[in-house]
Amino acid sequence: MSTVALLAITGLGLGALYFLIAAGLSLIWGLMRVLNFAHGAFFTVAAYAGWVASEALPADALWLRWLVSLVVGIVVGALFATLTETILIRPLYARHIGQVLVTVGLALATIALVEGGFGSDPRKIALPEWMTATTKLAGAAIPNTRLLVIAIAALVLALLLYFLQRTRYGLIVRAGVENRAMVMALGIDVQKAFTLVFAIGGMAAGLAGVLAAAYYGTIDPGRGTAMLIFAFIVVVIGGLGSVTGSAIAAVIVGLVQQFLNFYAAAGVGDFAVILLLAGVLLVRPGGLAGSST
Amino acid sequence: MNDGVLLDVRNLDVFIGESHILQNVSFQVREGGITGLLGRNGVGKTTTLRGILGLVRRTGSVTLAGDELTALDVPQVVRRGVGYVPEDRDVFGGLTVDENLRLAERPGSPLRYELVYDLFPELRTRGAQRAGTLSGGQQQMVALARALLNADNRILLIDEPTKGLAPLVVGLVTNALKRAAEVATILLVEQNLAVAHKLVRDVIVLDQGQVGFIGNVEQLMGDPALARKHLGVAHG
Repeated sequence: MSTVALLAITGLGLGALYFLIAAGLSLIWGLMRVLNFAHGAFFTVAAYAGWVASEALPADALWLRWLVSLVVGIVVGALFATLTETILIRPLYARHIGQVLVTVGLALATIALVEGGFGSDPRKIALPEWMTATTKLAGAAIPNTRLLVIAIAALVLALLLYFLQRTRYGLIVRAGVENRAMVMALGIDVQKAFTLVFAIGGMAAGLAGVLAAAYYGTIDPGRGTAMLIFAFIVVVIGGLGSVTGSAIAAVIVGLVQQFLNFYAAAGVGDFAVILLLAGVLLVRPGGLAGSST
Repeated sequence: MNDGVLLDVRNLDVFIGESHILQNVSFQVREGGITGLLGRNGVGKTTTLRGILGLVRRTGSVTLAGDELTALDVPQVVRRGVGYVPEDRDVFGGLTVDENLRLAERPGSPLRYELVYDLFPELRTRGAQRAGTLSGGQQQMVALARALLNADNRILLIDEPTKGLAPLVVGLVTNALKRAAEVATILLVEQNLAVAHKLVRDVIVLDQGQVGFIGNVEQLMGDPALARKHLGVAHG
């Protein structure tokens, strides 16, 4: 029982990280039809920026250091994403191949730069004592970072749903995901919504970068790319453009990975996720929250 | 600006891919009432509306009350007072009826909710319903309501509003268009000649991407040979 609880909560934690990356990816694709391969770079740069900021503070102020790294990660993620959209993506809106090339290029260049600046070895993160401790739940000693990641992702989901359901820009984004040309034909400048969605996606990816550092206890240049692959799978399973679909798919993917990697063999969970993706595409090509055709 | 002319289209050319869809199209729309943009299938009527709005790349000149529109992007054109009801309605199916209307509200424009609900009382009662679950006729009401909502719309470009609708709903839409014409000028694309005859005053007929006829609706409909030449059918 305790193993099941531990795997379930660890799987939810992993799913929470996937969700934070996938939510932005999904909205960016849904609204702008941009397949953003640079999203993992937002994650990586934000994680390193948070770490650098944390290292600059007094060694014993561990909570302050972590909170500052969180804020820096979010801000850097948003800035990086906004600059990417305005400088690189905007001139290429009608050119999908160009978008893919430029975002793949940016991702590769970013990883190379981070490796050049900080090396390719994982860097250990200084965390407050509470975050290195565990909490007893259903007989299992659950690492507190898992609980924290889940709680923050749930808060982000609630904020995103509030934004989408209750604000005018949210309304524009939801409409734009359905029919961008008609939104413009109502006199609405969709360009601002594009930039806003990129910034929100960057913020969430930056947050994921700092939270993943706490989840794993380290940062390394390749983690953003590794997580991006599963985040893309989450986006497709959840339904392109749907935040709720991404949340559900992220939970499923995280749980499937954790349970099968433990009970079957290491790597089986990752393979099973690919099979799950294939199954969803066959049965419901629009994803869980999309149409069935 | 010529007296009474609200919309002036001059030498409008539109290419889509290799196809030269509109060729040197020029016409004027007088302020007030409904002007019909007629013609057989595929002659470029929808493209003309999309060209005026800027939804397709075009050359030439389009002025609204003397203001040149061709250098503006689509939202800027719309904010100058151009409402648009597309051929396929294009309501946002995942949004509720109320959300569709709220989205159409333009900051700074007086809103005509009273008129909209007076014309289409169903929209008030179905406000919380997702637009994608409405019938075709109800979706057309939402599409027309979105264009009518902003009181600063000077011209409404309406593309085949009766297409695919049941006769009863066609009557409702026809009456709504008559009322709408009291508050805004309308450029109407309509394949249903009976509806067009009832509603329009001036007509522009397109023929293979060019203007084939400009005049009064009675001139066109009253002359079977002329109607057959341009529309492929004589309206009785």
